[in-house]
Amino acid sequence: MKQEPQKVITKKGERFIIPIGPQHPALKEPGHFEFAVDGETVTDATVRLGYVHRGIEKGVESRNWVQNLYMLERICGICSHTHAMTYCLGVEKLAAVEVPERAQVIRLIMAELERIHSHMLWLGVAAHEAGFDTLFMYTWRDRETVMDLLELLSGNRVNYSANLLGGVKFDISPEQADKIRQGLAFLAERNTHYLDVVMNDMLLLGRIRGVGVMTREQAEKLGAIGPTARASGVARDVRLDAPYGAYRTFKPKLILETAGDLEARFIVRLREIADSCRLINEALDNLPSGDLTVRMPRRIKEGETISRVEAPRGEAFYFIKSNGSDIPERIKVRTPTICNMGSVLALAKGHQLADMPMILVGIDPCFSCNDRMITLRRSDGEAETWSWGQLREYGIKAYQR
Amino acid sequence: MSTNLVESVIEGLKTWARVNSPWVIHFNSGSCNGCDIEILATITPRYDLERFGIKLQGSPRHADVLICTGPVTRQARERLIRIYEQMPEPKFVIAVGSCALSGGVFDGLYNVAGGIDQVLPVAAYVPGCPPRPEAIIDGVVKLLSSLQQPAPETAPAREQGATQPVYEGEAI
Repeated sequence: MKQEPQKVITKKGERFIIPIGPQHPALKEPGHFEFAVDGETVTDATVRLGYVHRGIEKGVESRNWVQNLYMLERICGICSHTHAMTYCLGVEKLAAVEVPERAQVIRLIMAELERIHSHMLWLGVAAHEAGFDTLFMYTWRDRETVMDLLELLSGNRVNYSANLLGGVKFDISPEQADKIRQGLAFLAERNTHYLDVVMNDMLLLGRIRGVGVMTREQAEKLGAIGPTARASGVARDVRLDAPYGAYRTFKPKLILETAGDLEARFIVRLREIADSCRLINEALDNLPSGDLTVRMPRRIKEGETISRVEAPRGEAFYFIKSNGSDIPERIKVRTPTICNMGSVLALAKGHQLADMPMILVGIDPCFSCNDRMITLRRSDGEAETWSWGQLREYGIKAYQR
Repeated sequence: MSTNLVESVIEGLKTWARVNSPWVIHFNSGSCNGCDIEILATITPRYDLERFGIKLQGSPRHADVLICTGPVTRQARERLIRIYEQMPEPKFVIAVGSCALSGGVFDGLYNVAGGIDQVLPVAAYVPGCPPRPEAIIDGVVKLLSSLQQPAPETAPAREQGATQPVYEGEAI
């Protein structure tokens, strides 16, 4: 008699899925990930974003040009200056206004200080995810130096409000410049120490060397940008490719690594801190004299433009359209995290589950920038744009309890 | 008499333990990150929140205090309520930042339900955009010192149906 085949316990095609988020100790911000695992090895990864979607892009269409500056600055609390600067550059381009040179250089100094603060923040968080809390505490202690400098200049630690349409809000006095130089000298010295730790500490290297390797081809195919792409050998930096503002005069160095693993991303970001220190010192030594602002018209000329800025995480991109009134018709924001998120999902496959926080943190994710809504086609085939009322109704319906 | 004495001693002990080592969980329900990094900064060497016995904790089931940042987006709202419900009694909510207080700059956007107190009963408010780490520490310490006072006879606002979908059927 033919024997009945033994029942298989796990059916083929059935996967064990580990959900992570939106609230999870490894995530500082809400995002939902689902990792399909085979034992400890991740075989598939998906992400669900949108927990921080607030509807800013629609909101800017009912506020005037000046009010929007403050709203757009609060897209992201880590790269707030970048967002305000990208917006200002675009609007100034539309209004055909030339910003005074001194204001441009002050914008550069703020942007580079912000890069230092963001990269140090990242180094701490990444070290924490690797289980290296000592490094986390040290970097955050030293990060307070740059926070003090930002506070010294702007009066606030996080949302600096340095930009105005047509210039900047505050000046840098010689005394302040000296304080910045002192602070940067300390940071540059600490930075060499951190570079030494990252490249030589065996415990940390065990977590980062050879983990999450993204080849140059992969990086180009996945559309990675910023330090994540530069760690894979993709020479992509908006400050050099399409210089804006004072970056036409003060050139940053292109920092490239070819390994593409997490270690390379650590090294790229740490070298960028050193280069930012150099750039700020150079800018402070050659601070042009002159006004801080020029007069901006209340209504912006009709037209549309794009503006690109190298944020700490990669390229921030704004599309701005004006219809000639004091309110923008459309502002589209694209931030670096959404471009790099694809690489996380691609790289996750084949790694251990324990490496997931490290691979995620390797792109320096910032969910508050990245959660936006996309509609492809409305079901009734009518208009492609959603009105305020429709969006609000949709939001209420979708998230009703 | 003796049972009352035992009860009051136990209550005193509980309050003493609670005030001296509250565990804190942090949830971002739509914040711009500004407040979150300032909260993280409070546990780092310069501010060192842990000297008050406060520990940043990953699981809501172990936490006494929920620190909320950001306005409540409609997608995060359910999660926020769920996290609050998972916390053991007694529990307290601290709203940190202008957005958590009232919606701030995002007030009125289509996906924003408003401040934290639209969804959960809030015990302490810390204003600022973002508040300085000192302000956050001050908020936590004020909450803790208020626990040492005899408890006010008001029931938490939650009993009055704060978790009911406030926004259901709201005029658009």
